[in-house]
Amino acid sequence: MTITFAREEIQQTIKMIHEENLDIRTITMGISLLDCVSEDIGRMEQKIYDKIVKNAGQLVTVGEQISARYGIPIINKRVSVTPIAIAAAHLNTEEMVRIARTLNRAAREIGINFIGGFSALVQKGFTAGDLALIDAIPQALSETEFVCSSVNIGTTKTGINMDAVLKMGKVILECAQRTADQDGIAAAKLVVFCNAPEDNPFMAGAFHGVGEPECVINVGVSGPGVVAKVVKEFPEADFGELSNLIKQTAFKITRMGELIGRAASKSLNVPFGIVDLSLAPTPAIGDSVAEILENMGLERCGTHGTTAALALLNDAVKKGGAMASSHVGGLSGAFIPVSEDAGMVKAVEVGALTLDKLEAMTCVCSVGLDMIALPGDTSAETISAIIADEAAIGMINKKTTAVRAIPAIGKKAGERVEFGGLLGGAPVMAIHPFSSKMFVNRGGRIPAPIISLSN
Amino acid sequence: MALSLGESNRAIVTILGRDQTGIIAWVSGRLAEHSVNILDISQTIVDEFFTMIMVVDLNPSKIGLADLARMLEEEGNDKNLQVKVQHEDIFTFMHRI
Repeated sequence: MTITFAREEIQQTIKMIHEENLDIRTITMGISLLDCVSEDIGRMEQKIYDKIVKNAGQLVTVGEQISARYGIPIINKRVSVTPIAIAAAHLNTEEMVRIARTLNRAAREIGINFIGGFSALVQKGFTAGDLALIDAIPQALSETEFVCSSVNIGTTKTGINMDAVLKMGKVILECAQRTADQDGIAAAKLVVFCNAPEDNPFMAGAFHGVGEPECVINVGVSGPGVVAKVVKEFPEADFGELSNLIKQTAFKITRMGELIGRAASKSLNVPFGIVDLSLAPTPAIGDSVAEILENMGLERCGTHGTTAALALLNDAVKKGGAMASSHVGGLSGAFIPVSEDAGMVKAVEVGALTLDKLEAMTCVCSVGLDMIALPGDTSAETISAIIADEAAIGMINKKTTAVRAIPAIGKKAGERVEFGGLLGGAPVMAIHPFSSKMFVNRGGRIPAPIISLSN
Repeated sequence: MALSLGESNRAIVTILGRDQTGIIAWVSGRLAEHSVNILDISQTIVDEFFTMIMVVDLNPSKIGLADLARMLEEEGNDKNLQVKVQHEDIFTFMHRI
């Protein structure tokens, strides 16, 4: 036989992995906990622990084997579970915290670095379980290491539950206060969603939706560095060519996710769900979404033109990625988390990127105001108002939006917070000094929007 | 082209580094010791920079792909060579529809 690949193709693959930070960001196993319910809390904890360990016990080992076989790093192995507010709807707040500890114990046992699903879906109202879970979030996230939480407070079909929005402002603030000595790390493990996807493999927002199978493998790819490199190499390309270049690159990146997903599914004997074709940055230099936008010709991310550049990028990534995978899902788009992206951090530091511009950018990409540090004296009502704005963008545009905000207790705009690892660090962003208190305290729901008359 | 995902046991060995005597002798010797069959070799030198791409079949061999990769990578490091061994599917998936 002859070599079936051109030399350039082989070299390109190796270069993408070793020089441009191409990696598989996460293999996430979704596990249903719907059959773990028990009136006896101790029995329920045992059932949950056993089920996670039984299903995902080999996840890390298999991930490492696949990584060695194909020579591509697989950064995270994670688990998402059925929203605990549904799986454990009969429990009270104290018992919910016990379940969080159980999830944490299971995560430690199997060697994963996050477990998602300490979650509630309250877009139209609260069940008793939802209320118990939401009240448990600050204690649960500040006393566990691996547990991630998310709350869906709105959808395009139902509108926005503003009572939940009000509550979540307080919950986020309390999370930060309880972990003030660690720059509010608990708040970094909590996402407030509008239109939350049920098959998202990325943390902190991953949970295993009730429409999902018993157990499933979802994969999240990465690769902003690869796209940034391609964009940089063609400064003369017009927008049509630029879009094509990004599509081709996104195709290749997503194919890696498809390969790893299929391989993991086969090795673990668990069905393959989706590839999430997001461009997920890391704090590493050269692994930045902001850098892609700057390579397109913007002096700094956040300046005029940034929203247009991001719109082009996000759309091209989806077009290229969609063809590369049999099933695409999750969040699928370019992420713009501030603390996790060195280019975004720089843009904030030099004053190019403000919270308002970031909000505008979330209209055209995945996911929302992600990993933003707010001044420590930000009121719960202001956080709620920020959530309401972001949820409104998601609701009206029929897309997922989210807020993952970390009030930096004791710090002011311009000072820095450090979370370490993949979560990175960021400057505290300035907010508007004017109050939204009366607005967010009105109560009730913002009605679902009309879908026709679409201007 | 079939997307084999495990049925095939072919891997791509790539070696990059400054040219020196005996690179091919070393790698082919190590492969032969472990009964890894070489199916094809392509090699060039540009500006004293050596690049080699080799297609190998691990079926006759008892050594696993990961172990082979680790061994060649470590020995290659000692010779200032960057050696990678990767299952062929990663290239198939990335470059073929």
